[in-house]
Amino acid sequence: MKQFLVFVRKEFYHVLRDKKTLLILFGMPVVQILLFGFALTNEVKDSPIIVVDYARDVASQSIITRLGASQYFKLKRNVLSQKEIIESFRDGKIKAAVVFPDHFNEDLEHMNKAQVQIIADASDPNTATLVTNYVSAIVRDYQSDRTELMAVPYQIIPEVRMLYNPQLLGAPNFVPGVMALVLMLVCVMMTAISIVKEKEMGTMEVLLVSPFQPFLVILSKAIPYIALSLVNLGAILSLSAFLLELPVKGSLLLLIGESTLFIICCLSLGILISIKAKSQQVAMMISLVGMFLPTVLFSGYMFPIENMPLPLQIISNVVPSKWYYIIVKSVMIKGVGFMYIWKETLILIGITTVFLWVSLKSFKIRLE
Amino acid sequence: MQNNKSDATEKVIVCKDLTKRFGDFIAANEITFDVYKGEIFGFLGANGAGKTTAMRMLCGLSVPSSGHALVAGYDVYKQTEDIKKKIGYMSQKFSLYEDLTILENIEFFGGIYGLTRKEIKEKGRSLIEKLDLQSEAKKLVASLPLGWKQKLSFSVAVLHDPKIVFLDEPTGGVDPITRRQFWDLIYEASARGITIFVTTHYMDEAEYCDRISIMVDGKIEVLDTPSNLKRNFKSTSMDEVFYQLARSAKRSD
Repeated sequence: MKQFLVFVRKEFYHVLRDKKTLLILFGMPVVQILLFGFALTNEVKDSPIIVVDYARDVASQSIITRLGASQYFKLKRNVLSQKEIIESFRDGKIKAAVVFPDHFNEDLEHMNKAQVQIIADASDPNTATLVTNYVSAIVRDYQSDRTELMAVPYQIIPEVRMLYNPQLLGAPNFVPGVMALVLMLVCVMMTAISIVKEKEMGTMEVLLVSPFQPFLVILSKAIPYIALSLVNLGAILSLSAFLLELPVKGSLLLLIGESTLFIICCLSLGILISIKAKSQQVAMMISLVGMFLPTVLFSGYMFPIENMPLPLQIISNVVPSKWYYIIVKSVMIKGVGFMYIWKETLILIGITTVFLWVSLKSFKIRLE
Repeated sequence: MQNNKSDATEKVIVCKDLTKRFGDFIAANEITFDVYKGEIFGFLGANGAGKTTAMRMLCGLSVPSSGHALVAGYDVYKQTEDIKKKIGYMSQKFSLYEDLTILENIEFFGGIYGLTRKEIKEKGRSLIEKLDLQSEAKKLVASLPLGWKQKLSFSVAVLHDPKIVFLDEPTGGVDPITRRQFWDLIYEASARGITIFVTTHYMDEAEYCDRISIMVDGKIEVLDTPSNLKRNFKSTSMDEVFYQLARSAKRSD
């Protein structure tokens, strides 16, 4: 036991003396939270659009006024030629154009049907979808106001309630994602690198010749990174609570417990990588390609998994961060208890067990 | 433990027909030799001759395919954990932590060999005095010149008074003067009764050994004192002896 403590202390020296790495490890979550919280939002605000109004009647003007009044759009000057529209798109000055044809109001009144064209710059598909949705919504709004005036006796008015995140803020979506990313990075990559480093330096040989148990070498390497990860977790949670006004709704204890499970999962993966990798660069590459990318792609916080082709959906199931992401979202945003996340927890335990088993197994083989 | 060196009666390594096969490749082929207490035993051979494999088996890092060996009285098949407590090891790569201070390195390696706090303190102080590193004790090892690092590394490897210390090409890349100083440390340890098992590429170093063995293609070709070897091969230097033997080798890197 005393030997073990000596070893752990040495690992802390390593971690704390590498100032550059330490700065990255603690700076990264802070920067990510700040960036996602204040700079990068996928909400559309003040998008520049132009209207082309060939009709110039009551209906078209009324819709244009509504577009202008909305916080989502900023109306640029009116243009009247197709060529100018295309020019504006090419310059990238506008996100969308709304075209009202001749006789817009007349068509609406006499033929009960009128068309309005929405053209969007789909080189950025997410924004394009959002902008066209907002424009359509404003047109629908106008229409329903108008039909109300005409007093149609029956109509369906959908009452929409956005649960858990009524204002549709970005933060509830990305904070759990950042947590998964940071823990993954610290535990998988840093652990792998620190073990491979001993191999590269030649100190691993000395340790293996010493009476110190090889298994304990690995274990004591993991401990500083568990500590580091928990500190990081605390930083992320307090940043999101105080800066983004997004406190943990559910049980904090449950969240920490689940995070510890995820940390152990990542550590066992890091150990596995370190056993396979021969140099620090290789360890870093495997960690990045093997874990970082899947976390971004398959955890569901950047790209919805439901929209992926079936094979990718199946692959996403073995990415531990996907399950952790679901768990964090449930506890942090929805505030539900363990009853609702036991299935995800069980899967995460399963993945962890497999990783641990494989890494312990291959560690023994390597000693031969 | 100030008994005279080369206590011819006590064998600390007994090695009989020790063999290691990797598939069809026989890395170490029925090697047989004894090493006596306090002796400086040179283990020579060209690259790929099987030195490292043999050494790994003796250190308990690798299980032999056949043959017998006792290290410090323990069996290399079953008692590797006991062996590890009785040996010291210095690898050809520098084996201390660069981002730890000299004192921290001593504390760490003393600690994992189970020395008490008091022992570490005493041994650490005498070690630092011996190497004349008092003013550097709290500096990071990375700041030391290579020669000092090697000397420190050796001193740390024998900190726990092992019966045998294995040195794997310990003086690679070190200038001749520092090498000479390094060998002074080796002599001193051997005088304390520590057996030295050393591999090297430098033939002048081979001359410093009490006895040397030369491995060629996995087999031990010769084993004798440097002066006997020179006489038998009618050579003036170990260089020539080594060259005559190594020329017949079929394996190389």
